[in-house]
Amino acid sequence: MSDKYIISESGVGSLIDAIGKSGRRVLGPKEVAERIEIAEIKNAAQLATKGQSIVSAKGTVFPKVERLMKYKYEGKNIVLDDVDPNAAPTVLFGVRPCEARAFHALDVVFNWDYKDKFFNARLANTTVVAIGCTEADASCFCTSVGSRPDDPQGSDILLSRLKSGGYLAEVNTDKGKALVALAKDVFQPLPGVADLVPAATVAPAFDAKVLEQKLAGKFDNPVWLEQSLRCLGCGACAFVCPTCVCFSIEDEADARRGERLRTWDSCGLRLFTLHASGHNPRDKQSQRWRQRVYHKFAYYPDRFKTLGCVGCGKCSRACPVDMNLKQHLAQAAEG
Amino acid sequence: MEALRNKAKELLAAGAVKVVIGYGQGTGDSRRPVFVHSADKVTDLVFDKACTQNLATYLTKSEVRAMGRMAIVAVPSTLRSILQLAAEKQLREENVVALAMIDGVMKDLSTFDAIEETVATVPDAISEADQKVIDKLMAMSSSERRAFWADELGRCVKCYACRSSCPMCYCERCTMDCNRPQWIPVASHAIGNLEYHVVRAMHLAGRCVQCGTCGAACPVGIPVHLLTFFAEGTVRRQFGQKGGASAKLDYAMSTFKPDDKEQFIR
Amino acid sequence: MTAMEKDSQNIYKPYLMRIAAITDEAPGVRTFRLEFTDAREAEAFQFKTGQFGLYSAFGEGECTFCIASSPTRKGYIECTFRETGRVTSALGDKDVGDIVGFRGPYGNVFPLEKWKGKNLIFVAGGIALPPLRSVIWNCLDLRDWFKDITVVYGARTVNDLVYKHELEEWGKRTDMKLVTTVDPGGERPGWTGKVGFVPHIVEQIAPAAANTVAIVCGPPIMIKLTLPVLAKLSFGKTEIYTTLENRMKCGLGKCGRCNTGRSYVCKDGPVYTLAELEKLPAEY
Repeated sequence: MSDKYIISESGVGSLIDAIGKSGRRVLGPKEVAERIEIAEIKNAAQLATKGQSIVSAKGTVFPKVERLMKYKYEGKNIVLDDVDPNAAPTVLFGVRPCEARAFHALDVVFNWDYKDKFFNARLANTTVVAIGCTEADASCFCTSVGSRPDDPQGSDILLSRLKSGGYLAEVNTDKGKALVALAKDVFQPLPGVADLVPAATVAPAFDAKVLEQKLAGKFDNPVWLEQSLRCLGCGACAFVCPTCVCFSIEDEADARRGERLRTWDSCGLRLFTLHASGHNPRDKQSQRWRQRVYHKFAYYPDRFKTLGCVGCGKCSRACPVDMNLKQHLAQAAEG
Repeated sequence: MEALRNKAKELLAAGAVKVVIGYGQGTGDSRRPVFVHSADKVTDLVFDKACTQNLATYLTKSEVRAMGRMAIVAVPSTLRSILQLAAEKQLREENVVALAMIDGVMKDLSTFDAIEETVATVPDAISEADQKVIDKLMAMSSSERRAFWADELGRCVKCYACRSSCPMCYCERCTMDCNRPQWIPVASHAIGNLEYHVVRAMHLAGRCVQCGTCGAACPVGIPVHLLTFFAEGTVRRQFGQKGGASAKLDYAMSTFKPDDKEQFIR
Repeated sequence: MTAMEKDSQNIYKPYLMRIAAITDEAPGVRTFRLEFTDAREAEAFQFKTGQFGLYSAFGEGECTFCIASSPTRKGYIECTFRETGRVTSALGDKDVGDIVGFRGPYGNVFPLEKWKGKNLIFVAGGIALPPLRSVIWNCLDLRDWFKDITVVYGARTVNDLVYKHELEEWGKRTDMKLVTTVDPGGERPGWTGKVGFVPHIVEQIAPAAANTVAIVCGPPIMIKLTLPVLAKLSFGKTEIYTTLENRMKCGLGKCGRCNTGRSYVCKDGPVYTLAELEKLPAEY
């Protein structure tokens, strides 16, 4: 049962200040030259309250490049050095409920058996304050994947716009409570029922459970070739995606010392499955496209009991050739 | 648009082409690449001001080539791409028909000579917005420009959308893919990003047809097309050769002429 | 190790191993015997047959090989690899005394308990004997668990046979049957083994399926042609085992690279029965 409060418009600014003063950095969607990026937010005016960032906020817990360890030669011997995850205390402010939910899909991968200390250190130090959506666009499909524009799942605090201005704040977790403690006077008691601006209407385009069933029989269906004909095989969709977590491990070194890095990778890229022998199990783009869909909508629910997609639509918006995932999935879920 | 659809219908019905690569209705007001295989589906083809993407990258996509003779709805930059691909022996004349759309008028061009003639009549067009940035960059000092690009490229995530959308980046094994040695670091840090983009611009020197599709493809809005524009422009200035002007080419970067300027030898 | 210590462990950090011995098995193929540089790690290390590890050539990267030695032999592990790409070539340049990395053991295991009291037939081709070598030695070290043990091993030419020393040893043992073969044209004067493709030799030997487990590992073409032979001999799909290779990076179920169908080869494999393998799409 979450604690409910009211925050005024100016209260948001005070809260951001208080968070900054507490030594946490505030990151959120910020308009920079007509794009929305996840960037440092110094005051409320910098926060983009319409739309969502192009690249997801997953970089806070799973950066695009990350050191896993360092080593150096001492004569013939090697000395390995562990690396500090560099988990700066962070509040993600103003992300969408879909993005807030995405952290769970990352968490299941990084913790389902071996525990990834890098991810865990960062996640432990990250608090998510989401703002519910009163508008959606043609790429959004949160309602097709078991969520909705005002879903509190995954947020430590969920802000929902009030008709009279300001926000209803639902504090869902201990992390959220810790933020309340930073700025108690910002969080006003809720007088009766909150009069909210209605959440955006996002008509479901498909049912994820139906899709999962249909996928079971569609592995060899020509639909994957059809859908992927225009796919260029770049990594844009995977890299902007808040739930995509596939990565590569690369060494960078000179003769005396080096480091082992983790970098984002994508199953859509041809090199992903290429063997040193030259054999490539997924040599055709249609196979890689199919893998993307199946991994997120069939294999994930099977293994991790959660979908590998939150319906944010970032992939569709970022795709240079308009691979609209919602449309593709709706097509895959019929027939 | 009707002329385009009719021509496409005619070609498909006669079996003269097996696929028409064109533009279709995308999400919202956008346009997306479409592949029409049968005459009754030509209504999927649209053409208007929003159709600016250079579709020539599909002319070298194996799944599309494998279909047989291709027709492609061509904006001027696509025509230039066809010529450059032909010059680099990546396209045979008998395998492609260009359905050129110039100022709203459709012309079907099935020989490289015809395409060359048409290309010669279309003026180069760098958009106003791009020209503004180019002017700004040219007015900067070297260190200011360095700072500009370091800032822009900081957003790069190494998704390779730029490379994948570029018709001239058709190499089956890109330099980036080589890991013995790993010429360019895979990771998306400052050096990894910079080196990739510099190498790509160098590999497009004199070859870029200035379609701007790479910059449009970049999901994080880096104007990477300006890098390749500049590399093409440099070859144009130094060697008098223009990307996408002709299907027959002694490429400046791989041809030695006795009267080449050698100012670097002093 | 406490739970908290385990959680703060860097799961990507390898053990440091010293190359204690190098054997040149065949052109481009070598075996490393690796010893832990840290005695405590050597003491604590355990694995089960079938498991694999990621071996580092520091500065170049990591590569996946099965652990080719048996878990019954303590104090060292062995791996065998062919120089094919960046990491294997870098490993190939190393000398005795050099340091490499090892992360593991990862993956599932050959279920030796299930095979108690049964006959075992191992069928291997070329460079695919290494994954089976571990389990063969493990079974030989637990000899009285099993009834008849047969090993059919072939390579393109005599030169390409790996573990030549082992093959000699196995050939002399009376508690197992070893059949070696080379492809037609691969023999040379003095060769006393068979001549013929591995699937044909298996057909000739015609092992009885009753109470027998078949463990098969080889290049795709060999597997493709051997499985129908075993099917004809009435081997059930749950009685045929294989071990898969797939491109890997993390080896521990996170990076997604080895994901094939519902399976992560590094977690649900690399050991699969034929019944399990047939459920996967042919993307490995």
